Amino acid sequence: MHGAKEAGLSIKDYFSKAENVAEGQMLMRDKYGNDCLYAFFYAPLEVEAWGGEVIYSSDGPPNAGAPFILDPEKISQLKAPSVKETPCLVKVLQAIKLMKSRVEDTCPIIGVVMSPFSVPVMQMGFGRYLELMMQRPDLMDKLLRINEDFCVEWANAQLEAGATAICYFDPVSSPTVVDREFYLRTGFGVAKRTLARFKGPAATHFSSGRVLPIIDNVIQSGASVVGVSCLENLYEIKSACRGRITVMGNLNGIEMRRWSPVEAEEKVRQTILDAGAGGGFIVSDNHGEIPWHVPEDTLFAVSSAVRKWGMYPLAGAAGNDR
Amino acid sequence: MNRISEQFEQALLSVDKKTAAQLLKDASASFTQMQLIDEIVTAALTNIGKKWEKGDASLAQVYMSGRICEELVDGLLPQGGPQLRSQPVIAIAVLDDYHTLGKRIVSSVLHAKGFNILDYGRVTVNEVLWKVQADNVELLLLSVLMLNSALHVRDVVAGIRAAGLNTKVVVGGAPFLFDRQLWQEVEADAMGSSAAEIPAIIQSLTGEAS
Repeated sequence: MHGAKEAGLSIKDYFSKAENVAEGQMLMRDKYGNDCLYAFFYAPLEVEAWGGEVIYSSDGPPNAGAPFILDPEKISQLKAPSVKETPCLVKVLQAIKLMKSRVEDTCPIIGVVMSPFSVPVMQMGFGRYLELMMQRPDLMDKLLRINEDFCVEWANAQLEAGATAICYFDPVSSPTVVDREFYLRTGFGVAKRTLARFKGPAATHFSSGRVLPIIDNVIQSGASVVGVSCLENLYEIKSACRGRITVMGNLNGIEMRRWSPVEAEEKVRQTILDAGAGGGFIVSDNHGEIPWHVPEDTLFAVSSAVRKWGMYPLAGAAGNDR
Repeated sequence: MNRISEQFEQALLSVDKKTAAQLLKDASASFTQMQLIDEIVTAALTNIGKKWEKGDASLAQVYMSGRICEELVDGLLPQGGPQLRSQPVIAIAVLDDYHTLGKRIVSSVLHAKGFNILDYGRVTVNEVLWKVQADNVELLLLSVLMLNSALHVRDVVAGIRAAGLNTKVVVGGAPFLFDRQLWQEVEADAMGSSAAEIPAIIQSLTGEAS
């Protein structure tokens, strides 16, 4: 989204062309020194591919419109879109190819999918999906199987276009949304099956949801990176993950809007102190996208604080191996 | 009563509507409707809300608990009968987007507590201002998911003041949970961290029964 500002375009115009997003990512990298390019357009992109509506606003991310699965009984008739014949998906693939042609192998490019277990929130509405989970596991299972095949095709198309890794957004699997036992019967198996079919590494991201009670399962699911929440203690998370999975997080993007440059530096310094020791840590926001309202000065302060405090060996980081 | 409330809460967390209904039915021989609602149903929903805030219950459990309680309380109250309690005119809406889960949970909790509320669905700033004025709303509950929607609450509050209304605005939703100063910045009158807090907020803002 911030790429639109750099390109001098409205959010809607920015996302209308692959060239805009590729250029926006390059401009962001030049300006803030990002260590990767991010091929994320907007959360309801996949819903758009299924025929759903995307609602744009001038000061926030595009949102999913009304759900398109209104009658759960019709789930078995659903047919997933073909990735290579769906314009909004092709646009993302073009953006990845353009980025790849610019950076070649000098900078990772992160592709994005919504997990088969989480995308039904947009397909059918959160309340209706929760009721389906509790009352119609047969139909939920059908929907998840359809979504799994689509998710794998979509992830692999992005990897083929030049993405280095896939960010697998799976907030519904978080204990914030479903309890661990339910996750073990549902989202965990979906993740294991789905990630195993990706032809590249995956980062599982919980979009600000908690993860600590299921961290061992996230690792078992095959994820290489886990995106974690500011609601949890980063040091505890890193202790549970050390040597097993890379931790990504956990700056509070909502509060970030109000941070002074001094506060921004302190927040970054603290995250690195908590989780940087021994490597295996990526500084990022905790939701997957920094809000539109976060000012440029704050982004500069975050970026320069990472350079100042994130060089190894780390000064004063927690743990024996700095 | 405490033991029944604990068993009722456990049934809700297990999404076991049958057991929850039986517990209420058994208790109805010894307690009044208001006692059942306040000391069993509301107590259980409040505890579940607190557990969710601490990470000890899931959103699915909060949502399903509210839905079950709403249905059970409907069975306790006379159909089309007099309003259970004296209350201000309360309306609820989602500002700007289609993320209606929070509104649904709050509606269920208030319904389960015997409140009647106006449901405006999904609204823009101008739409909600028009409706609040037309219905003389005293308390407006606004749910948001996105940060930009949360910031638009300030426009709603400004519109209410410009129209000379005394409507109180209570906000809830993810941006307010992740930034605990945001509700004051947008000049809302209160923020609910969970749906279970809303009845107490209603009481504190209006002095009406909760």
